[in-house]
Amino acid sequence: MLTVRNLSFAYPKAPTVLNSIDLGLQQGSIYGLFGKNGEGKSTLLKLMCGALYPQRGQCVLDGEIMQNRKASALQKLFFVPESFDLPSLHLSQFEQIQSPFYPNFNHENFHAILKEFKVPHQGLLSKLSYGQKKKVLLAFGLAANTSVLLMDEPTNGLDIPSKTTFRKILASYLSEDTCALIATHQVRDLHSLIDHILVLEQGQLIFAASLLEVTDALWFGPKAQAKGASPLYIESGFKGRGIYPRNTLPESEVDLELLFNGLLTHPSQITTLFKSKTAAYGV
Amino acid sequence: MDFDNSKPIYLQIVDFFYEKILEEEWKPNERIPSVREVAMMVEVNPNTAIRAFTHLQELEVIYNKRGIGYFVAEDGLEAVLRIKRKAFLEQTLPDVFKQMNLLNISLEALEEAYKRMNDEKK
Repeated sequence: MLTVRNLSFAYPKAPTVLNSIDLGLQQGSIYGLFGKNGEGKSTLLKLMCGALYPQRGQCVLDGEIMQNRKASALQKLFFVPESFDLPSLHLSQFEQIQSPFYPNFNHENFHAILKEFKVPHQGLLSKLSYGQKKKVLLAFGLAANTSVLLMDEPTNGLDIPSKTTFRKILASYLSEDTCALIATHQVRDLHSLIDHILVLEQGQLIFAASLLEVTDALWFGPKAQAKGASPLYIESGFKGRGIYPRNTLPESEVDLELLFNGLLTHPSQITTLFKSKTAAYGV
Repeated sequence: MDFDNSKPIYLQIVDFFYEKILEEEWKPNERIPSVREVAMMVEVNPNTAIRAFTHLQELEVIYNKRGIGYFVAEDGLEAVLRIKRKAFLEQTLPDVFKQMNLLNISLEALEEAYKRMNDEKK
């Protein structure tokens, strides 16, 4: 539904941040976008929603180019940035002014989610704490019912119970017509919700695969249980967990942190097992 | 729900279903929560929850009534007992025996411990 084609971007007088990114988001999935600090995760999200203009390539949502900023395209996408300001308005005013931009906005859901998050109804939004502001915008984004929901570090600033609430809401949010993309470092917060993995490294998308593809190709676990297979990547430590080619090993749970570290250390060894799939994935 | 890293999440959800059925919280021919409700309950991606439902349907532990939802099979409890017994004999016991050999624990000592535990329960 949202496709990124041959996308390149650099900020003025700075080196290239993103270089020829190809990517397609499909309905009914939650994508996790990973990358070290400064690898362009947030930049990619801003390009996807049309907030930045690419130097080359484009982002297309249902046939419309996002950088044209047409209302018909913008109403199908919501972006929750990592940090932002909210206007000096009361919650109800904010809702009244902002929600008409999103034709499928569900007011009942908005109030239900705010209640779950325990966000106070009184006072000006601008006076709320960072975490509370985040909850307001997340609730708004989840209630907006757009085809695409982009979130940059959504769990930053959330207290512990709110992280659980967020996971529950996100689990119920997804439908066959929607998809979500989450850029995050908090792998553990969202591990059980992500079903596609995207990894940005040195301006390129070095890995794009569904969790099913990963569990088919790779096995994660301690050396003692790897039945003599030779590791693609191994982490020192108490149990020495590693990544191994799956072959006849039983299905294991994907260890996202291990996979991420493995991809940064020995990218080619792991990606060759996915080559054909990754290529088909792009457009 | 707390997941451990050693087992695919969908199989951990399957275990969660087994527990509910063994404890008879979910009874034969009773409707169980929907895919979406389970996804919310255990905080997972709905696609992962669907895998657990499909798996249990293949094992004939649950069945689907079109447009209504999922139900525990008539002999769902027996099916779970059969599956869990098999897993116990084929997976859990070999580990126990391995430990027993390693630690030099005799079958008699095991029997004694078993009896003592049952007595304590009474």
